[in-house]
Amino acid sequence: MISPSVILLLGWMIIPLSLTIYFSFLRYNLITPTGNPFVGWENYYWFLTDPSFKAAMINTLVMVGGILLITVIGGIGFALLLDRPMWGQGIIRIMVIAPFFVMPTVSALVWKNMFMNPVNGIFGRIATGLGFEPIDFMGQIPLLSIVLIVSWMWLPFATLILFTAMQSLDQEQLEAAEMDGAGWTSRFIFIVLPHLARAITVVILIQTIFLLSIFAEILVTTNGGPGTASTNLTYLIYVSSLLQFDVGMGSAGGVIAIILANIVAIFLMRMIGKNLDA
Amino acid sequence: MARSVSNRAKALNTAVAGTLGFLMFFPILWIIVLSFKTEEDAIRAPLEVLFNSGWTLESFFTVQERSDYFKHFSNSVIISLGSTFLGLLIAVPAAWAMAFVPAKHTKNVLMWMLSTKMLPPVGVLVPIYLIFRDYGLLDTRIGLVFVLMMMNLPIIIWMLYTYFKEIPGEILEAARMDGASLREEILYVLTPMAIPGMASTVLLNIILAWNEAFWTLNLTAAKAAPLTAFIASYSSPEGLFYAKLSAASIMAIAPILIMGWFSQKQLVRGLTFGAVK
Amino acid sequence: MKLKSALIGASALVSLATTAALADEITVATVNNADMIVMQKLAPKWEEATGHTINWVVLEENILRQRTTQDIATNGGSFDIIFIGAYEAPIWGANGWLTSLNDFADDSDYDLNDIFQLVRNGLSADGNLYGVPLYSETSFTFYRTDIFEAAGLEAPTEQITYTELRDNYIAKVHDPDNGIFGTCQRGKAGWGENMAFVGPLANAFGARWFDEEWQPQLDSPEWHAAVNYYVDLMNAYGPPGATANGHNENRALFKDGKCATWVDATSAANDVRNPNTSSVADVTDFFQAPKQVTDKGTGWFWSWALAIPASSQKADIAKDFLKWGTSKEYFEMVGESEGWVAVPSGTRASVADDPRYLEAAPFSTTIKEAIFAADPADPTLLPVPYTGIQFVAIPEFQGIGNYVGQQVSAALAGQQSVEEALTNSQQFAVREMTKAGYIE
Repeated sequence: MISPSVILLLGWMIIPLSLTIYFSFLRYNLITPTGNPFVGWENYYWFLTDPSFKAAMINTLVMVGGILLITVIGGIGFALLLDRPMWGQGIIRIMVIAPFFVMPTVSALVWKNMFMNPVNGIFGRIATGLGFEPIDFMGQIPLLSIVLIVSWMWLPFATLILFTAMQSLDQEQLEAAEMDGAGWTSRFIFIVLPHLARAITVVILIQTIFLLSIFAEILVTTNGGPGTASTNLTYLIYVSSLLQFDVGMGSAGGVIAIILANIVAIFLMRMIGKNLDA
Repeated sequence: MARSVSNRAKALNTAVAGTLGFLMFFPILWIIVLSFKTEEDAIRAPLEVLFNSGWTLESFFTVQERSDYFKHFSNSVIISLGSTFLGLLIAVPAAWAMAFVPAKHTKNVLMWMLSTKMLPPVGVLVPIYLIFRDYGLLDTRIGLVFVLMMMNLPIIIWMLYTYFKEIPGEILEAARMDGASLREEILYVLTPMAIPGMASTVLLNIILAWNEAFWTLNLTAAKAAPLTAFIASYSSPEGLFYAKLSAASIMAIAPILIMGWFSQKQLVRGLTFGAVK
Repeated sequence: MKLKSALIGASALVSLATTAALADEITVATVNNADMIVMQKLAPKWEEATGHTINWVVLEENILRQRTTQDIATNGGSFDIIFIGAYEAPIWGANGWLTSLNDFADDSDYDLNDIFQLVRNGLSADGNLYGVPLYSETSFTFYRTDIFEAAGLEAPTEQITYTELRDNYIAKVHDPDNGIFGTCQRGKAGWGENMAFVGPLANAFGARWFDEEWQPQLDSPEWHAAVNYYVDLMNAYGPPGATANGHNENRALFKDGKCATWVDATSAANDVRNPNTSSVADVTDFFQAPKQVTDKGTGWFWSWALAIPASSQKADIAKDFLKWGTSKEYFEMVGESEGWVAVPSGTRASVADDPRYLEAAPFSTTIKEAIFAADPADPTLLPVPYTGIQFVAIPEFQGIGNYVGQQVSAALAGQQSVEEALTNSQQFAVREMTKAGYIE
């Protein structure tokens, strides 16, 4: 009964993948249709020696790492906060979760224009109003801006999962610890955090899957720039294969990205596999 | 010791959480406000926008006149529902088998499935485009249903697998002892227990499919274009566009936002990926 | 009785079939520019007249370019009509990707020769016409008459240099505390965005993209001078966040009254001077784009045109729409419904000379002269092997231009020096030209 899904996924993976591998050995530029001669490893050479490649690798790591850090820490914070007794918890929870439902393109456009635009955006207005020089988000801190936008979208997801996990926490255990004189910090470190460990790994796994291929947010805000300041690996492949229309080199980049993604996958799976076996 | 909480602590919690929640929600609130403004008002200072300008539906009419909202909307509905239910159809048997008849490699197969999601879509766009062209699938809803189904299948399988695993095997054995057939077992025992999990799987996948913006933009032109393409035409036009962009954004996200809010409880209950034990 | 009803049924079927064959759907891919949105608004008239329907695909310029190129190069057939520019038309035409429109010359009502020769040439390859223009443009300087007046300045009547523009005009009107920036120029990376300004600027400084042997020249002293000028100018007198501003963003800023000067497309003039869409309609005027060491290639040349992919199954219907959308009657229609100032400019002699247009858009003679002054065949001070003013008409330029655009915008954002930007650009250009086999 697993076989239909396995066959489909195998097909889905293998057919485009083998075509991509095949293309990666051809000189194949969409805008110069001059036959597609076999060129061996040339495309890989060009892609790996592309000055943008190193920057893209670093940016990808910073982006994924930064967003994970913000969302996990923020998510734990929100989960702890929402778990406390308060009035109108339902409404507050809805407000916190709402960004998760917003299309990535929409949220990127809204943040870029209505908030981060230094002339007409709200942040710019506030800064000018207070007599400061407005920050040029997309020019001066492009990577951070994208990290913030994407974190806004994924923080609700982390909050949701961690909050659900919080609710299954044994209150009596906490109270017993409190009676034994354990302070807030030690209760958090020795009881809450271990309880959340599984949920945190799940958050990291799911988000990494999506964050490795962040694309739309970059496309509509910075176009990977200025320079290569906000180009990640996915965007670099997009630039090669669809802006320079060099399908050969783009494919080589795709193959490299797939290899790297698999390394990350193996690493993550190890970590998760251990945690999920229970 | 029962937890008695003073009203003061409760008020403090409410204030802190309320403020943070409001800040998280503010961007959405702000585009709702701007969508009811004229273009000229929409770029004024925030306080002036709020207290010193009129309200109008103009932007919504302009947007509707320029791009047919309902066509894009119905494409979005068909594509996201279609891909989710087709995915469910394939995923349920797989997840069931993995959860109840685990083989030696089950875990590895599952992990491999998840790893397919890490492949960057950009890397395989041109091959997929060529295949779609050859089979006449470009700019068709069926093509998109298929692609998005494939994109989300690993997540669906994994989510279902974790829910199914939580169903105690003894119940199934008891049912079998009572003479239930496999069909009856699935229908009367398994399904009712799995419904919360399936519901949240469905919800999450509808959200993911609704918001998917790479394949939907690149494989469609006009006929099958969903709301993601609708938004793309307001991204950087000539002239002032904040009000129109806001109106279009609200129109694009409102259906999923409303659905998300109504099913929030369901989503929260189910969205654990087996993380809560 | 039975036979009769069968006959009626059959004839009904036949008539259904024929109307179905007559009424067809075509898909048009277009940019979200103001003139195209007007066309979208008027298109129902064509739909009514012919019975056909149009599916519009409206996208932002960069995305449109990627989508249409991808589709046409893979022979995808998703679009029946696409909007393309003067860069794509000859290259794609030569590749056999576009349907030849030579037969438009036989239609006396359409009057192909009424379209300026220069514009037609830009849309042709090997003597075949591959696109018909909606509008064409060069670049000139927009300035605010009220601000100039308040500063006691008079607009130049002769072509000034970029140094003069900066020192004698921009520096004197820059007033950020009151929300007026001395100048707004494109900073958003892209060969069609910031490089459209930087390219002609570099030409004015005597630079060129390639020498006669196709050796990239991006690290030459001329390029350094030009890019340094650009970065210094924008940092001193530009609006904040300039690296995010393309043509459309600057147009919005200018119309909102935030810029004193702006060197950009003549085609924006009707919009900026249109009181319905602009807050500075009455206080904007124009002068020539500046020169520096040379006046060659100082104003760019571009046109937006409609073309039919060779992969379209409905070329006949598409041709009918092309004729309609670029006919004399169409421009007339725009004049009637949107006002004559909003008529797309720079393509037809009959429109340019129309008294109603001249009255509504007195600046149009300036535009016409500026367009005629552009010579894509001789764009630089030093000899070059290519044509094109703000672009180089080879397929590889797109990638190189985008890369250089990114580097220049990084220099503008202060993330690297101009020196680094041009060194990187030169390396990249050498790589690409080697890869493509132009140089060893």
